Amino acid sequence: MAASMGTVAPLSLRVLAECRVSKARACELRLPHGEVPTPVFMPVGTQGTMKGVSAHQLRALGCCICLGNTYHLGMRPGPDLIKKAKGLHGFMNWDQNLLTDSGGFQMVSLVELSEVTEEGVRFKSPYDGKQILLTPEKSIEIQNALGSDIMMQLDDVVSSTISGPRVEEAMYRSIRWLDRSIAGNQNPNSQNLFAIIQGGLDPKLRKKCLDEMTKRDVPGFAIGGLSGGEEKDHFWKMVTLSTDHLPHEKPRYLMGVGYATDLVVCVALGCDMFDCVFPTRTARFGSALVPWGALQLKHKQYAKDFQPIDRNCSCPTCKRHTRAYLHALFRSDTAALHHITIHNIAYQLNLMLSVRESILQQRFPEFVQDFMRTMYGDKKYPRWAIDALASVNITLD
Amino acid sequence: MNFFQEEAADYTGTCMLPEAFLRMQLNLSKVVNGCRLGAVTHLGQNGEKTLEFPGCLLYTRTGSAPHLTHDTLHTIEGLPAMTHITLSSLAEHHEVLEEYKEGIGKFAGMTDAVLYCSLHDPVTAVPGGYNTNKTVSVWGGGGRLELSVPKFMTIQQALQADWFQCLSDGELVPGGNSKKRVKKSVDRSLAFLDQCLTLQQESEVLKKSLLIGAIEGGDVLDERLRSARETAKRPVGGFLLDGFQDQAMDKETKLSLIEAVTAVLPEDKPRLIHGLGKPHEVLECVERGVDLFDSSYPFQVTERGCALTFSHTHHPDPETAVLEQNVNQDAVKSSEERVQNGEPDSSSDDKTPFEMCLKDKRYWDDFDPVVPGCSCYCCHNHSRAYIHHLLMSKELLAGILLMIHNFHHYFSFFRSVREALKDGQIHKLKELVFRQAQ
Repeated sequence: MAASMGTVAPLSLRVLAECRVSKARACELRLPHGEVPTPVFMPVGTQGTMKGVSAHQLRALGCCICLGNTYHLGMRPGPDLIKKAKGLHGFMNWDQNLLTDSGGFQMVSLVELSEVTEEGVRFKSPYDGKQILLTPEKSIEIQNALGSDIMMQLDDVVSSTISGPRVEEAMYRSIRWLDRSIAGNQNPNSQNLFAIIQGGLDPKLRKKCLDEMTKRDVPGFAIGGLSGGEEKDHFWKMVTLSTDHLPHEKPRYLMGVGYATDLVVCVALGCDMFDCVFPTRTARFGSALVPWGALQLKHKQYAKDFQPIDRNCSCPTCKRHTRAYLHALFRSDTAALHHITIHNIAYQLNLMLSVRESILQQRFPEFVQDFMRTMYGDKKYPRWAIDALASVNITLD
Repeated sequence: MNFFQEEAADYTGTCMLPEAFLRMQLNLSKVVNGCRLGAVTHLGQNGEKTLEFPGCLLYTRTGSAPHLTHDTLHTIEGLPAMTHITLSSLAEHHEVLEEYKEGIGKFAGMTDAVLYCSLHDPVTAVPGGYNTNKTVSVWGGGGRLELSVPKFMTIQQALQADWFQCLSDGELVPGGNSKKRVKKSVDRSLAFLDQCLTLQQESEVLKKSLLIGAIEGGDVLDERLRSARETAKRPVGGFLLDGFQDQAMDKETKLSLIEAVTAVLPEDKPRLIHGLGKPHEVLECVERGVDLFDSSYPFQVTERGCALTFSHTHHPDPETAVLEQNVNQDAVKSSEERVQNGEPDSSSDDKTPFEMCLKDKRYWDDFDPVVPGCSCYCCHNHSRAYIHHLLMSKELLAGILLMIHNFHHYFSFFRSVREALKDGQIHKLKELVFRQAQ
């Protein structure tokens, strides 16, 4: 089919509304496993499962796309088995969309002795100690076996807190690796490959990377190399620079962003897709997300607090359980973690739904102002957020 | 008809009958070879719940079915009509519950549940040597809690369970209890019961609950019988045959004591037992007149990464029967192979022949459901290979899926027991289960 019809990316993006004030937009993203309304937050299911949540529950929360990690799944149970199970969708029995990362980020962040060469990333497997070389081709091969709806190119990840020639080298290498990834994709008709914009915190390098990568006809773009502990001031400027130069008709995915404020601000800067382990990880540490921040349910102050986590939340946890019960249960059973995880995923997804509604109804700036007022009651808004929003004409009073 | 009236008539002179007595009924529809088939009816706040027996209760920890949320729990078919909570896991929260005022059922998000509260968690061994004439110790997440009768009743008032096990001295002393110690435990438990019954009369809330009398007496027949007869004279709602979770007591002693005890108990009240829950044990106890079991066994199976696979149904369709047989042979073979290869069992030594260990490497690429044909959420949606992967990756979903399957399997086993009794096929079921127990 590919030979006779040419390659058509299995993705389409329809921009439904654009904020008249900021760069925010609401779109409909069509992927092989269904439509995804954007802006969208994608929960992370690292090892082929959302920790403590069944596929059915995740679907019931309204999730239409979640992540799997190529590094973990490639190591265990391995691509061959997952391929036999009809891909990751079949293996975990998830009929909605999946996005897989390239595996490069975990290698650099989790594996101590990794070495990056032009060929790829060489590292020692923490599972069996064997030397493994992850090349761009190998990463795509694994992701082809996983069968994800969106695959990410292998990029040369450097810490966002370093500068100098290594950042430039990584940026150029990521462009070369993008070309190798595109060439390696065996399923361009059923799996979308996204490029990852690199360039550290240097606007010139970012711009160069944007110029080069947008010349390639990839179905979507990710903004990478951020959210790694850099100054927020640098972070938002790199984001807005990227969205300024990314093609209008393709999705923009800001990697590793999941704090509520960051999500709202970066939607204003023109991003469509986000992922982060934060909401689910913090849940397992007892922290429940609310519009005014977070509740640490392990704290004694909640022992006799008979309210739900959030009175206005309609998730299964808030409909049934009190802070006091979750506090009591936390010490004795994993179900407490599941309750909070479900709430936090619901919080993230509902936040994005509200953001989207406000864009569709042309009241996004007001939404942002309300959101920020609720989140920072004392009006001590973070400086970077004030500046970032001001750059897209949204002022906080 | 109220079956308690006659029974407790002698007692009403000194105290009023609990309100719940006026409603609850036990209907015994059949007794076959000692096995009792029937139902406790008119349970719950509106009196509309029915608990069939032989049956089991829903095991919980701090009021939550292990690993499960309301949604995942309610994917399970045939959930027991009664939920089992443990005082040991809840006692430390009693101040919270006192302030909450609406009881543990609502507090734990199970508003409609009919609740039975046992003193201890059947999964956890209770250290001996802490009980006194005035107090009994329970062990929860916060350590040891010493309960006097008034304190115990205050906590029960906060919990508001439909049934609760009376405070009783059932601790096991390592190396076996002396006859003197056993006698003391019976005396103390009867004294606790009388004190509890008196205090119950003083509380409008507690009058809505039924006390379950604990029958003690260790391995001393006379003391067991004394405990049973004396407890039966009191207005209790049912009986707990306590102390049979003791690993040191040999099986024949246990079974003959159980038989002797139930023989002197009134027919019209339910008999509960804790810690004996393996399928063949259940059948042995049922034959000796026990009605209700806890479901801590499927939880323990879950915790060792295993899934219940034993068959408990007769299939007119021989193909399905063969299939089930194979599942079980698989499970057995795997442990044999491990022994032959000198591999350490990846699960614990406690693994029973009724289960398969999904941590076993052999399931790595096995895309069959845990039990082919099983209708539970786990078997309906996932493969052995996936569960194996979740276990190897220490993922939380493994516990959820296995708990769903194991509860589902265990609850349907009890349904099979009741059906076999109904159809006069209990001997066939027993033969089937015992063949697998080898």
